[in-house]
Amino acid sequence: MGFFDKLVNGLNKTRNQLVKQIQSVLKGKSLSPELFEELEEILISADIGVGSTMEIIENLKLRCAKEKITSGDEVEEILKDEMAKLLGEKEQLKPAPTTPWVIMVVGVNGVGKTTTIGKLAAKFGEEGKKVILAAGDTFRAAAAEQLEIWAKRSKAQLIRHEEGSDPAAVAYDAVQAAKNRKADILIIDTAGRLHTKTNLMEELKKIRRVISREIENAPQDVLLVLDATTGQNGLNQAKVFKEATEVNGIVLTKLDGTSKGGIVIAIKKELSLPVKLIGVGEGIEDLQEFDPKDFVNALFSK
Amino acid sequence: MIFENLAEKLQNTFTNLKRRGKLTEKDVELALKEVRLALLEADVNYKVVKTFTEKVRTRAVGEEVLKSLTPAQQVIKIVYDELTALMGGSTAQLDLSHSPSVIMLVGLQGAGKTTTAGKLAKSIKEKGRKPLLVACDIYRPAAIKQLQVVGSQVGVEVFSLEGQKPTTIAQAAYKYSNQNGFDVLIIDTAGRLHIDDELMQELVDLKKILSPQELFFVADAMTGQDAVNVADSFNQRLDITGVILTKLDGDARGGAALSIREVVGKPIKYASFGEKLDSLEPFHPDRMASRILGMGDLGTILEKAQQAIDEKEAAKLVQKLTTDDFNLEDFYDQMQQMKKMGPLNQLLEMVPGMNKLKGQADLGAAEKEMQQIEAIINSMTQKERRQPDIIDASRKRRIACGSGVKVQDVNKLLKQFSETKKLMKQFGGLSGKGKGNRIRMPFFK
Repeated sequence: MGFFDKLVNGLNKTRNQLVKQIQSVLKGKSLSPELFEELEEILISADIGVGSTMEIIENLKLRCAKEKITSGDEVEEILKDEMAKLLGEKEQLKPAPTTPWVIMVVGVNGVGKTTTIGKLAAKFGEEGKKVILAAGDTFRAAAAEQLEIWAKRSKAQLIRHEEGSDPAAVAYDAVQAAKNRKADILIIDTAGRLHTKTNLMEELKKIRRVISREIENAPQDVLLVLDATTGQNGLNQAKVFKEATEVNGIVLTKLDGTSKGGIVIAIKKELSLPVKLIGVGEGIEDLQEFDPKDFVNALFSK
Repeated sequence: MIFENLAEKLQNTFTNLKRRGKLTEKDVELALKEVRLALLEADVNYKVVKTFTEKVRTRAVGEEVLKSLTPAQQVIKIVYDELTALMGGSTAQLDLSHSPSVIMLVGLQGAGKTTTAGKLAKSIKEKGRKPLLVACDIYRPAAIKQLQVVGSQVGVEVFSLEGQKPTTIAQAAYKYSNQNGFDVLIIDTAGRLHIDDELMQELVDLKKILSPQELFFVADAMTGQDAVNVADSFNQRLDITGVILTKLDGDARGGAALSIREVVGKPIKYASFGEKLDSLEPFHPDRMASRILGMGDLGTILEKAQQAIDEKEAAKLVQKLTTDDFNLEDFYDQMQQMKKMGPLNQLLEMVPGMNKLKGQADLGAAEKEMQQIEAIINSMTQKERRQPDIIDASRKRRIACGSGVKVQDVNKLLKQFSETKKLMKQFGGLSGKGKGNRIRMPFFK
């Protein structure tokens, strides 16, 4: 199964709902204020947010006027185009030019950080890379055990300390291990934390500092894991985590439900943070690259 | 954020409306635009927003503007009242009448079921019952281990069976509880998608076997528009008895609460405010309403203050304050009581208008200062704390060394302390008679 099929599959529910709605709104209708209002509601219900929705709709109206479009059917292409525009170009998670490639994973509680790391480790393992995982979530009960099971599955090595120990110390040890054992990739898990807890955000900064002190330019990637069910609060999350840890990419998880994850459009627009990976299921192979065009196409394909 | 300013925006909308009298259709129309935006920004489902604003419109048009209010305030009051009414109706009473009573927790992945199970277990244990936690999440790696750790933290036994189906585990747990005198079963289940038929069926089977008195849907307060679909699906399959809203210690407005209440029609029974296992609280519709409207949560802050400040201690302190007895030891105690109320930024968040301040640098500075003061007092001998007057230059140097600060910092603290003390003595006579919650931290103006 190709990537596109996978994506289409994963987004099945999302697509079905959104597309059915949009198409039933557009089919055979002429352009009217009510039609735009209905489109607005559909976009809002995808968690795209009031601001971004208004912008999309405004641009849509302008273009329809300019291109003299009168039937609802033609609006679809333009709407697709506008949404893709907001998402920008495809940005991949690219291997760092120097080893070890250090990836730090952050996010609020329960978004799927550890699971995402497990899938990443499996993917890199399959590519024949030497992977070390750092159990930086020393707070949540049994978080290290959870990561350990993933490490075993993907034959990655695990660096862990006691529960309750300093996560920066775990990061330090993991960095040393990655250097000494000449690992290709080091992935650092962190405890879920709400972005409003200042001291916990300070802790993240410290972890980052420790890593970059030991390896130049590391961590090369800081991924913010975001749950697709998240509403407008996702924007706050992205903002604060970005400020604290220089997040450079988003992993959008749980897209296999009925949630649309539309908040990533607002995040891209406001913070220029691109989605790099998406999670469309619980299987190891369900962590996929994100392609804005495919994403929008998948939303609209029949 | 748009929401923080709903009150302000409405105020602006109505600036030209100085007159009293009735709210006209046009006034209300203008206001409702802002209300609609605010609700959407708070993640209230757009369908719910629609019916809700309709309701407000019908009620507001033609309504007399109360003497004490501006038209803007009048509309907010109506919105607030309607929100509260919508989310209210039921108080958090657990049905624990059976033996064993069974409580089942269900929800999406990462909603906070396991942590909530621990919190429930703790509060039930504190009621003098004997709860048993049952680990039915056999899918997520280390989920059982997580419940075991949580269980040991709250001192509640955890029942689990390796390699068995959830239904088998549940049956065995039921038997085990009967044999060993447990009278409440708390069933933790695996997170699952509401569209996963197979796993939803598993819950239906579990329910059939256990016939729980309480079946809670655990929902993340940060959930967006999809909250209603998810909650509705769970309710359709399982006929839930209520909702527990988690992660309210963040800054999400929690519009999902309103959506779920409106669409599913089941009460929200508990609110969960953090990862500490004692932070499960009964759900207060009025507080949630002001939170959704960005008006802060004064009720909670008052309650926290009351909980944190021991009445007797407070009475003692008041007496001391008015006499010469107040010393650094008392001051230190006072500071500890204040700390019990939680981090400053969390408290500020609950104060109307203050949430804008949150995250600003001086807040961190205030907490740092508190820490420093604590360190300095910790480096003093008991005698020095009770009689600060004896602290001379040599003692100051020692204290500074011990607490890692400069001598000037010690001086500053002592000076502030003696000034406060003077001030307190002057006002002492006015401060009422032993009312605990009247006490203010002298160092924080």
